[in-house]
Amino acid sequence: MTTAPHTPDARCARPVVELTGVTKEYPGGVKALRGVDLTVLDGELLGIVGPSGSGKSTLLHIVGTLDRPTAGRVAIAGHDVAALSDRALSALRSRHVGFVFQSFHLVPGISARANVAEGLLYSGLSRAERGRRAAAALERVGLGDRMEHRPHELSGGQKQRVAIARAVAGEPDLLLADEPTGALDTASGRSVMELLRELNGDGATIAVITHDQEIAASLPRSVRIRDGEIVSDAWHPYPRPGNPPPPHLPPRPGPHPERPEEAP
Amino acid sequence: MTPRAPAPARLRPPRLGPRDVLHVGSAGLRSRPVRVFLSALGIAIGIATMIAVVGVSSSSQAKLLEELEKLGTNMLVVTPGQSMFAGQDTKLPKEAPGMLSRIEGVESVGTTGDVAESVRRSEKIPKEETGGIAVKAAKDDLPGVLRARMRSGVWLNEATSRYPAVVLGHVTAERLGIGGPGGQVFIGGRYFTVIGVLDPVPLAPEIERSALIGWQAAEDLLGFDGHPTAVYERSADDRVAQVRALIARTANPQSPTTVSVTDPSAALQAKAATEGAFSTLLLGLGGIALLVGGVGVANTMIISVLERRHEIGLRRSLGATRGQIRVQFVTESLLLSGLGGLAGIALGAAATWVYARTGDLPWVVPLWAVTGGFAATLTIGTLAGLYPAVRAARLSPTLALQAA
Repeated sequence: MTTAPHTPDARCARPVVELTGVTKEYPGGVKALRGVDLTVLDGELLGIVGPSGSGKSTLLHIVGTLDRPTAGRVAIAGHDVAALSDRALSALRSRHVGFVFQSFHLVPGISARANVAEGLLYSGLSRAERGRRAAAALERVGLGDRMEHRPHELSGGQKQRVAIARAVAGEPDLLLADEPTGALDTASGRSVMELLRELNGDGATIAVITHDQEIAASLPRSVRIRDGEIVSDAWHPYPRPGNPPPPHLPPRPGPHPERPEEAP
Repeated sequence: MTPRAPAPARLRPPRLGPRDVLHVGSAGLRSRPVRVFLSALGIAIGIATMIAVVGVSSSSQAKLLEELEKLGTNMLVVTPGQSMFAGQDTKLPKEAPGMLSRIEGVESVGTTGDVAESVRRSEKIPKEETGGIAVKAAKDDLPGVLRARMRSGVWLNEATSRYPAVVLGHVTAERLGIGGPGGQVFIGGRYFTVIGVLDPVPLAPEIERSALIGWQAAEDLLGFDGHPTAVYERSADDRVAQVRALIARTANPQSPTTVSVTDPSAALQAKAATEGAFSTLLLGLGGIALLVGGVGVANTMIISVLERRHEIGLRRSLGATRGQIRVQFVTESLLLSGLGGLAGIALGAAATWVYARTGDLPWVVPLWAVTGGFAATLTIGTLAGLYPAVRAARLSPTLALQAA
């Protein structure tokens, strides 16, 4: 286990994700991941970027404990995944991980509020408490006036906001967003990314999986993955003041690789 | 978010409450009402058939038992039996009715004696055409013992039983084409005036096929020998067995073995039992329909699982355990077949009601059939849902989440 480095910022003290030498090999000999090391600290906002087939979806599944690695160690919120049964992993997901999908995966025919409350169904909270938290989460993502709308009555961007509300309603330690803007137009995509930044500003740890270099470049940290290996892992100053760099990574000197004009 | 203690808490998935189980189990049904209706219909038809088969036979049986209750089971019929020597006619002594009425416990006695004559509409009809109708002499309180009622007219009384007057059983009246009192029939060389017609007498069908004349008139006008051929006797319910034991010796002390005693209600009871034994064939058909309905539910569930892979993946990512996914789909299957079962019970009960209403029977749907039918649907629902549920739970969450 990597020791958490000392940092003056208490917010960033705890690792949420720790991957050490993670390899995933599918039946048939396809190696999706080859010895990936990745640590994500509490409060980070990072992009995992790579072309399709690079292994980023597999990485998402393993970090989200939906899949287990062939080799290597995975610890999420301090729990060693290898030691956990399927039941315990389910509990881990319900308590510590929130998912946002490209295609939203909302339940059709029920209201936005019911959709968000559905996300808390397996948390053990009472029905009334689930309803309260769902309402609060929808307020938080700016859909306080759309609570009783059904998915087909919402725009794509609004649907994704509902999905984000569902993912954060349980206050997970880690929010995994898989191509959250992939099915949206540019304007909606931008506002969804803005929402994620705001949530991160409130303290949420968020990993955005994307093939979009531009999105990755706009995030404080970007992990580039190709052919199942991390090819670069660096942070660049986020243009918002007061957002500290991840202390376990050396500050990357020079301009950002994708956007050289945005030198720190 | 605040930093937490490094030692992680034990991970145990919380249980879903019954209301939440019902909620997730019915979610799939609410979104597809037509499919729910069609697949529940199969179960409903099966259960409705079974309930109707049992209900109809139970209603018929209830009707017969009700009738039997009205007629009473405390009547015995005493007739001359077979002699030990073949070909020798036995007769009851003339005093037999009087003796029998003096047995302790006997409440009433009615007597008939066969008269060897035929009854015809007129003298022009040949004597041989009896139409299966017997002429009997009647005395004592025969309608009282038989609990027979007059359809029309009056029963023989002290006076009319001495004169050529006749009361017809309802079958006799029908065969002779006589609607009510007032007409005349030809018996033994002379005309008798019809003074009444009896209602059906279920306990003594032979009376229904008779023309009954007064004892005195039979002796005086038709040369009747005065020996009774059937003595009907009614006693208190709890004395029937005791009375029965004494009858043979009392009726014919000289040769008790030639006296035969029968209980006509026994035959009716046997008939009620057969009516109650519902048709196994129809019940089997209902069972097959139920089975086919169950296969339909299983099919619907498998399709539902295939269609809802994304939902399953989503629920797994939200923290649903395999067990909770299984419970969800078994609940859905149970609800599906349970709905069909309830509808089937209602349909079957309604069909029985219509049958009972048209046949003037009491409406009986036995509780055991209802609970049994419902238990069968729940069993079928569980069996039909188990395999799809296990498949749903085994689905890898990553595969389920992939865009189709």
